[in-house]
Amino acid sequence: MAEVTTQTILDGLGEIVEEIVGIPAADVTPEKNFIDDLDIDSLSMVEIAVAAQDKFGVEIPDDELKNLRTVQDVVNYVQNLAAKA
Amino acid sequence: MGKTRVVVTGLGASTPLGGDVASTWDALLAGKSGSRTLPWDDLDRLPVQFAAQAAVEPADSGVLAKPRMRRMDRCQQFALIAAIEAMKDAGYAHGDTEGLTVDPDRLGVVVSSGIGGLHSALNSYDVFREKGWNRVSPFTVPMLMPNGSAAYVGLEFNATAGIHALVSACSSSAEAIGYGIDMIRAGRADVVIAGGTEACIHPLQMASFGAMRAMSTRNEAPELASRPYDKARDGFVLGEGSAVLILESEEHARARGAKIYAIASGVGYSADGHDMVQPPEDGRGAAKAMQRCLADSGLEPDQIVHINAHGTSTPQGDVAELQGIKKAFGDHAYRLSITATKSMTGHLLGGAGALESLITVLSLREGVIPATVNLENLDDQVDLDIISGEPRKLPEGPAAALNNSFGFGGHNVTLAFERAL
Repeated sequence: MAEVTTQTILDGLGEIVEEIVGIPAADVTPEKNFIDDLDIDSLSMVEIAVAAQDKFGVEIPDDELKNLRTVQDVVNYVQNLAAKA
Repeated sequence: MGKTRVVVTGLGASTPLGGDVASTWDALLAGKSGSRTLPWDDLDRLPVQFAAQAAVEPADSGVLAKPRMRRMDRCQQFALIAAIEAMKDAGYAHGDTEGLTVDPDRLGVVVSSGIGGLHSALNSYDVFREKGWNRVSPFTVPMLMPNGSAAYVGLEFNATAGIHALVSACSSSAEAIGYGIDMIRAGRADVVIAGGTEACIHPLQMASFGAMRAMSTRNEAPELASRPYDKARDGFVLGEGSAVLILESEEHARARGAKIYAIASGVGYSADGHDMVQPPEDGRGAAKAMQRCLADSGLEPDQIVHINAHGTSTPQGDVAELQGIKKAFGDHAYRLSITATKSMTGHLLGGAGALESLITVLSLREGVIPATVNLENLDDQVDLDIISGEPRKLPEGPAAALNNSFGFGGHNVTLAFERAL
């Protein structure tokens, strides 16, 4: 798998969040908590996870999804999987 | 104590003739048809290749942002667009706009759909088959459920008096308005957002109605296809869109100095008890709905000057309705000015009753009734006064009108409106 930089994941995640819930991509910064800071509900998180799986070519099981609370959590998760691939 | 009087204080619409009420009304008076050849590939696999699609795509309305639209079925998008226009028109605040607020516990919603989220159901099934269950949108159920439109409208305005979505095929939204009137009369709400929506111009629906031989097959001239009461009528034209009325207790409306379009005088319901899809030839079910509506409204038959007919342009249905009018009105039937605006809008199915109620209300307020278009040779069986050619002016002074809506299953709903003087 090609190298996935933090910035690539952040940019991709920003696009997905903007597309799905309308929050500007620029607001999707690493420290943001999806529920508390970005006000994203559980069904929207499912949509975002599915879109992220497609975009980054990784699987995010439901059990893992609930642990991904912040934008940084997703970045770490995707990078870890990419590193193993 | 008499019944609480209910008035109409706001209107909203997105129809095959326009993206809002004003453009729809202008097109109705101009006698325009919303029926066009569908912009689809593989049209030749369908017996009917045209429909009355919405004049303005929801995405182009400027009302709904894209992320919100993603989780709404097309019919829900139309409903929300119409409801937002209607509430603004009634003078209520929405989002950043100025206006009055309404106590949520006194605000109800009754928005119906005959079919519901057909596009979403079928699109989601395609995704499921091609990509698997976990690629299906988690919003699929809210998008396909027939009460989804009512729910989204309720959420938009935080309406907590009650949200309802009555389903009775093509009379659904007339029933919604009737139920809204009843909610206010029963004291359960001061204001009700009432109407209907439909968006099922989809190949499956075109095939289904095609299989039923219910639609006009005039593929070579779609704009002439919907022609109620004409000798050469051969079926209805499928339309899409939404219309919403703001119903309000007269006391509540007067207290805030609201613009009053018309009085929503009453409603009559009946069932045919005859056949799933055909009315009885003598229109007895329709007659009962009209008679019950008059009784509920406290109106005498000779106070009615105009009927916006269900008139879909099917060979049997149009004539049966006129028989029903004669049965309900006797000799006065011949003095009624009757029009069938589906000749221009097409048939919005679950949205039809609300759209035609909106048109009836505007006819009373503006004093002019849109004509039935494409009426070239009147059916020999028709001897009532069908308005054709040019719109007809209504005399000034007191006037009351009915709107008929009938649906598969033998549902009949008639609504009465009176001019606000």
